Amino acid sequence: MPTKPAGTLYRGKTGMWSWVLHRITGVAIFFFLLVHTLDTALVRLSPKDYDLVIATYKGAIIGFAELGLVAAILFHALNGIRVILIDFWSKGAKYQRVMFWVVVALALILFAGFAPRHIANVIHDIELGY
Amino acid sequence: MVVIETPRSPRSRKSAKFERYGWLYMRISGALLLVLIFGHLIINLVMNGGITQISFAFVAGKWADPFWKIWDGLMLWLALIHGTNGMRTIVNDYSERPMIRKTLNIALWVVCGALIILGTLVVTTFDPCVDPSVSHTLSVCK
Repeated sequence: MPTKPAGTLYRGKTGMWSWVLHRITGVAIFFFLLVHTLDTALVRLSPKDYDLVIATYKGAIIGFAELGLVAAILFHALNGIRVILIDFWSKGAKYQRVMFWVVVALALILFAGFAPRHIANVIHDIELGY
Repeated sequence: MVVIETPRSPRSRKSAKFERYGWLYMRISGALLLVLIFGHLIINLVMNGGITQISFAFVAGKWADPFWKIWDGLMLWLALIHGTNGMRTIVNDYSERPMIRKTLNIALWVVCGALIILGTLVVTTFDPCVDPSVSHTLSVCK
C-alpha cells in the first residue's frame, strides 16, 4: 500500500505552490516583455506614435493592469533569490518554507508602497484625459 | 500509458553541458535582472510622478546618457534570454509530441533573436531628432 510522501520540496504545500506561482508570473512577465520591447522600439521610428501608445499605458485599464505586472515582478524576483539560496546556501533547502513566507511578506510590503502611489498617478493622468 | 525514462539514464554529454550552463545562466541573469528591473521601476514608475512623466522626451532625456543606454541594453539581452529559456523549460515539461516541442522551441528562439536585434538597433541608433515636428522642443535638436 503506497503511503503519502513526506514533506518533499515540490509535492504540495509551500514548495509546490511557490513553484507554480513562479511559473505563472514568469510566463506573464515574458509576454509583457515581448510587447514592451515592441512598443519601446517606436522611439526609433515615430515619437508621436510612441507617445500615443504610452498614453494607453496611462489609461484606466492598462494603468491598473500594471499593478498586477509589478506584483508579478516582485514575487518572481524575490522568489528567484529564494531559489538561488536553496541551490547555493547549505541551509537553503532546510529553510525554504520560512523563506517563502519572507518572500511573500517582502513582496506585500513593497507592493503596499508602490500601489497607492501608482494608483494616484494613473488617476491623475485619467483626469488629464488619457 | 506514459513511459518514464530510467531516472539515472545519462543524457548526452553535449545536452547535459547545455542544461548546466542554462541553469547557471538563469541564476546569474536573475540576480542581475533584480537590480536592473527594480532600478528601472523606481526611476520610471515611482520617482517624479511615475508613469505620468513617461513620453518620448523622457526617453530621449534618459538616453542622452550612455549609462541608461547600457542599462536598458543589458536589461533587453538578459531578460529576453532569461524569459525565453524559462519558456523553453515549460515547453519541455508539458509538450508530449517531439514535433510540437521542437516547433515551439524554435519559435521561441526566433522571436527572442528578432527582438534582441530590434531592441539593440533601437538603443544603439537612437536619434532624438528623428521627427522635427516633435523634437524642436528638445534642446539637443536646436
